[in-house]
Amino acid sequence: MAHAPALTLTGTASFGGETIFRDIRLNIAGGQWTCLLGASGIGKSTILKIFAGLTDGLELDGTASAADGGLKGRATLLAQNDMLLPWLNVQNNVLLGARLRGERPNKVRSQEILTKVGLVGKADTKPNMLSGGQRQRVALARTLMEDRPIVLLDEPFSALDALTRIRMQDLTAELFQNKTVLLVTHDPGEATRLGHAIKVMTSSGIEDFNPPQGKVPRPIDDLDVLTTQASLYSRLREPTV
Amino acid sequence: MKKLVGVVASALVALIVWQVVITTTSLPRFILPGPGLVGQTLWENRLLLTEHALITISEVVAGLVLGACIGAFSAVFLASSLVARTLIGPIFVFSQAIPVFALAPILTLWFGYGLGSKVAMALLIIYFPVTSSFFDALMRTNRDWLDLARIMGGSPMHIMWHIRIPAALPGLASGLRLAAVYAPIGAIIGEWVGASKGLGYLMLLANGRAKTDLMFAALIVLALFTIILHASVNKLANKVVD
Repeated sequence: MAHAPALTLTGTASFGGETIFRDIRLNIAGGQWTCLLGASGIGKSTILKIFAGLTDGLELDGTASAADGGLKGRATLLAQNDMLLPWLNVQNNVLLGARLRGERPNKVRSQEILTKVGLVGKADTKPNMLSGGQRQRVALARTLMEDRPIVLLDEPFSALDALTRIRMQDLTAELFQNKTVLLVTHDPGEATRLGHAIKVMTSSGIEDFNPPQGKVPRPIDDLDVLTTQASLYSRLREPTV
Repeated sequence: MKKLVGVVASALVALIVWQVVITTTSLPRFILPGPGLVGQTLWENRLLLTEHALITISEVVAGLVLGACIGAFSAVFLASSLVARTLIGPIFVFSQAIPVFALAPILTLWFGYGLGSKVAMALLIIYFPVTSSFFDALMRTNRDWLDLARIMGGSPMHIMWHIRIPAALPGLASGLRLAAVYAPIGAIIGEWVGASKGLGYLMLLANGRAKTDLMFAALIVLALFTIILHASVNKLANKVVD
């Protein structure tokens, strides 16, 4: 597996002359899960876009880099919207990246990955025949298939029902071990279960928040996790300066 | 089945209204022949009508296939190149300000009295609707899919083939549905301007000799063909989109 690098983002970003965030400094440890929380519109998704290389029209006065070099072609994105192509079956959705790069699709590996995410026997199914949770599993499989060292997660579980969400968190944490993961979320419960590091973004910058003890994914009913979750809620409700 | 009953019923209503107009106004038959007479003429001239219809059908089908292919190809070309859009886009729009009908005489001069000029007419008349509806759809690809493709490191050519074209097929399909209705118009106008065969030629000939019943018979054959063509293209388009 490719080495998972630490990431750094510093500076000010603007879009069409309008500042999105100013003078931030974000350090993300390599090979770990970092959860980023903060109010809507504060610029969390912009950070993901910068790391993903989707910088059309976006101006960054500063730097975004991986500790061991460039970012190009090293990140993959899993978002709330599964972005499955409705005319392709599950297997071909998973193999999309290879097709788009003009590579020979590795069907054996896609079958292994579909087995890992619990979609055995669904390879020929079209996305519209799947439930929301299953669709997100396909998107997860497509992300795994890309096998990139940096994984960007943009509220990937927020559209799922509570129980499905917990199962997906466990599965994703297991499958993206040892990768550099940046998870943008609105859910303090999710952040306290999954984050090796938790960061809160406000208009005045990005601050660290101490995560609970224990191995990720942390149990949902652990007292320490629940207490941390409660104090993270309080932290997020504090008025920003 | 229910749909078929509806079609038959509405055809019956139209025939009754037609007959009532004939009976009450007692118009001479060279102005408006009755349904009975037109039916009789249709049957008596079935061989003549078939012969001319086959000509028109081949013109329309050839024009439709060529126009659809060239139109689809142009749309993909314009959608994939900013330079092409900038250079050719304005010419493309300007060319549409020329009524295609006005080109019929020159097309006859260029391509002769035979099939060529009519195929060209049908092609030209459907080219714009096919190109523009497919092109518009190609330019409206879901932003998220394009972002995903870029993160995956896809090349523009592969993104076009695997994402933009499949996503735009409904646009192509609606262009083709329009084309199925327009193509016969093009072929008929081509025949009016200069031909020695085809339903349009036959209609003009019948009209000139006050054989209005034959004119109507040819018109009915043409309308039936257009309906069948539209239904087939529609079926094909739905299959492609599905």
